[in-house]
Amino acid sequence: MQVQLNGEPFELADGASVADLVSALGGDPRGIAIERNLEIIPKSQHGKVMLEEGDRLEVVQFVGGG
Amino acid sequence: MTDDTLIIAGRAFTSRLIIGTGKYASYAQNAEAARAAGAEMVTVALRRVNLSNPDEDRLTDHVSPDEFTYLPNTAGCYTADEAVRTLRLAREAGGWDLVKLEVLADQKTLYPDMEATLEAAKALVADGFQVMVYCSDDPVYARKLEDAGCCAIMPLGSLIGSGLGIQNPLNIRLIVEQSRVPVIVDAGVGTASDAAVAMEIGCDGVLMNTAIAEAQDPIRMARAMKHAVIAGREAYLAGRMSKKRYADPSSPLAGLI
Repeated sequence: MQVQLNGEPFELADGASVADLVSALGGDPRGIAIERNLEIIPKSQHGKVMLEEGDRLEVVQFVGGG
Repeated sequence: MTDDTLIIAGRAFTSRLIIGTGKYASYAQNAEAARAAGAEMVTVALRRVNLSNPDEDRLTDHVSPDEFTYLPNTAGCYTADEAVRTLRLAREAGGWDLVKLEVLADQKTLYPDMEATLEAAKALVADGFQVMVYCSDDPVYARKLEDAGCCAIMPLGSLIGSGLGIQNPLNIRLIVEQSRVPVIVDAGVGTASDAAVAMEIGCDGVLMNTAIAEAQDPIRMARAMKHAVIAGREAYLAGRMSKKRYADPSSPLAGLI
């Protein structure tokens, strides 16, 4: 299936969870936050929340800033 | 020096200098500057993970949240909703509820939109955040932000990144006098004397980024700012002499030959 990840098309296996997405991105959920269709998915829910075709996902982290 | 702790939202800080983590040549230089400044708190931004280069240098590897208190900001947000959304993500990413709120009005001045800032502050306080708020030097809005529950009032000295110093010391002083929470000058400091001026007015701290990051020698400037903030604070606590229009000799008049 295809989702929108940080504004770009991204392919994931059908039935993938948020945790599967984290694995696809390197596997370390520390220091990142994930928003699915404008709703934050807490780390404790990563394994339970299933993604769906067309989901709009944002994955953010801390960077330098003033 | 006597024990002089800065308390923000129940957290104690020895350093009164907060620095940003933007515009540095590298995160490594950033970390060195933060240590040279004696900073205990650093502002950080939240941005999309770079999917095309997952191995790029990460802020957290150099300026560690174990060493510095992270203060997530909302730089780049122009509406209250964007700012609240950003800080909720920051809380999920790092687990921290102490945040720096800024809602900007336009790109040319990066001046705070105070109506939207107040709206966002109320929403964040209701959501359990400890809000340090970037604001104009308007004492009326500063009071409204404090009444809304903000834990630190952070008026601009002058425009973000301008290095023009404290342009309206009278307003900053009014805000200092009326506030029951810490007042921290945020933005505008260009060099050490600007930081000292802010502290001599009675501010509880100074937040800066560009003044250090864009100095020819950022590490040395970080050190200068550390001394300036300490000097200004000590001068404020010491209580300056009164100003006089004419000379007052320092040597005794009696016993002149």
